[in-house]
Amino acid sequence: MKYTKKLLEHFQSPHNQGKIKNADGVGEVGNIKCGDIMKLYLKVGKNKKGDDIIKDIKFETLGCAAAIGATSMLTDLAKGKTFDEALNISKDDIVKALGGVPPIKHHCSVLAQDALKKAIASYKTRNS
Amino acid sequence: MNNELRIMQNIYYDNSATTKVDPKVLKAMLPYLENEFGNSGSVHSFGQRALAAVDEARDKVANFFGSEAQEIIFTSGATESNNLAIRGVVDNAIKGGQKVHIITSKIEHPAVLEVFKYLEKNNLVETDYVEVDENGVIKLDQLEKKIKENTVLVSIMYANNEVGSVQPIESVKKILKQVQNDRGEKGLPLYFHVDAVQAVNHLDCNVDMLGADLLSLSGHKIYGPKGIGALYVRKGVKLAPIVFGGHQEYNIRTGTLNVPGIVGLGVAIELVAKEKGPSKLKEKLVAELKNISDIKFNGDLENQLPNIINISFLNAEGESILMMLDMEGIAISTGSACSSGSLEPSHVLTAMGIKPQWSHGCIRISLGRFNSEAEVEPFITALKTTIEKLRKMAP
Repeated sequence: MKYTKKLLEHFQSPHNQGKIKNADGVGEVGNIKCGDIMKLYLKVGKNKKGDDIIKDIKFETLGCAAAIGATSMLTDLAKGKTFDEALNISKDDIVKALGGVPPIKHHCSVLAQDALKKAIASYKTRNS
Repeated sequence: MNNELRIMQNIYYDNSATTKVDPKVLKAMLPYLENEFGNSGSVHSFGQRALAAVDEARDKVANFFGSEAQEIIFTSGATESNNLAIRGVVDNAIKGGQKVHIITSKIEHPAVLEVFKYLEKNNLVETDYVEVDENGVIKLDQLEKKIKENTVLVSIMYANNEVGSVQPIESVKKILKQVQNDRGEKGLPLYFHVDAVQAVNHLDCNVDMLGADLLSLSGHKIYGPKGIGALYVRKGVKLAPIVFGGHQEYNIRTGTLNVPGIVGLGVAIELVAKEKGPSKLKEKLVAELKNISDIKFNGDLENQLPNIINISFLNAEGESILMMLDMEGIAISTGSACSSGSLEPSHVLTAMGIKPQWSHGCIRISLGRFNSEAEVEPFITALKTTIEKLRKMAP
């Protein structure tokens, strides 16, 4: 198994890592099989059209290099996006942006997506 | 951080995976990769000189195990030795269509476990797996109960490769001896195979003391080259070959002998025999590691190989620890689920009943001949920074 330079950069210095105090949405998921845990925090704002956008996003991860790298990349991709745009980011988008991820580690990217879905859902529940 | 400004360590703490070839070993091997290239099976002088070197190495290995030279079979490594020991006994025992039973433990190396699974899957044998306690030591009472009338082989490792737990081999010997006595001299033989790969560097490997009928050895774990190993086969033990070809190694393991590898193995084992007792390195490391919060040592520090430390960190994942230390130039290994091809935590830790939140953050530090005290401080500093960084990232 070999990680790309891009992934290792994200692993070594993750982007958007940490907590958001008074977050508008929080999503936490765990993978029972490998034991990884991911938590995403959202701060929601509006764009010019008045749609909800992800104004800020931060993450915490207890997991392997791929889990940390994938979540870091997802936060980069999702920042500033509308909910629909963010939810459209696929596993393949994350893998591609990282320059490839070993196949056995693809589920780490899925886990990051799931955390994002949950965070957006938690915001929607709170504001409905 | 600027990569060029970082001070890279060069610390190798993964000696249970493989070891550096000792310069003395390399020096002894080189002539057999250059001018002394003869085939030890050839009658001419080129061949005879190679044969003399093989004989000398065989004597050294036999001497180490307290056996006869004819009881040593050279193989390509411990995986082959284990395969040959298990399949060789089974293939011979089922020749007449008999249904036989074999026993091993749940914490064996895959080179034993996978052979058992293969034989089981193909309905060639019945199998049983002995459980271990929380320290990774086999339950002797369970082993005793599992032995049946048609049990032909018990395979137990001398020391575990992940947690370093030393198995009660002499007690197994007593149990098996009693069974054999009850069966009588003409009864079905019950053979004892010992995978001694991790033990050779540190423990007494006299085959009579251990009661081993078969014993596996690897070259590259004892500062010898890769691609060479040996199987001790007690006189009278009947093995069927698993590779077919020429007549080498008493027809049990055919194929042209790996003369340079064999020469290297001979010198390597001679050096091990001369080595003095365990270093103080482990003690020193353990004392330092105890200063880190939320840790757990896996296995009993008192009944463990003197070169292995298996430790778990809460809220830091093993593969991440490995990767981060690697970026500092430090090599360790991990048994975490994330690092395995199957996404399952190490079968050894699972068998010991270690909870997933602990096995998730486990690493193995394995020391060797070329480690020094000077490495302890930079290692501990890098490890502490790594754990702190990863714990900060965790929810």
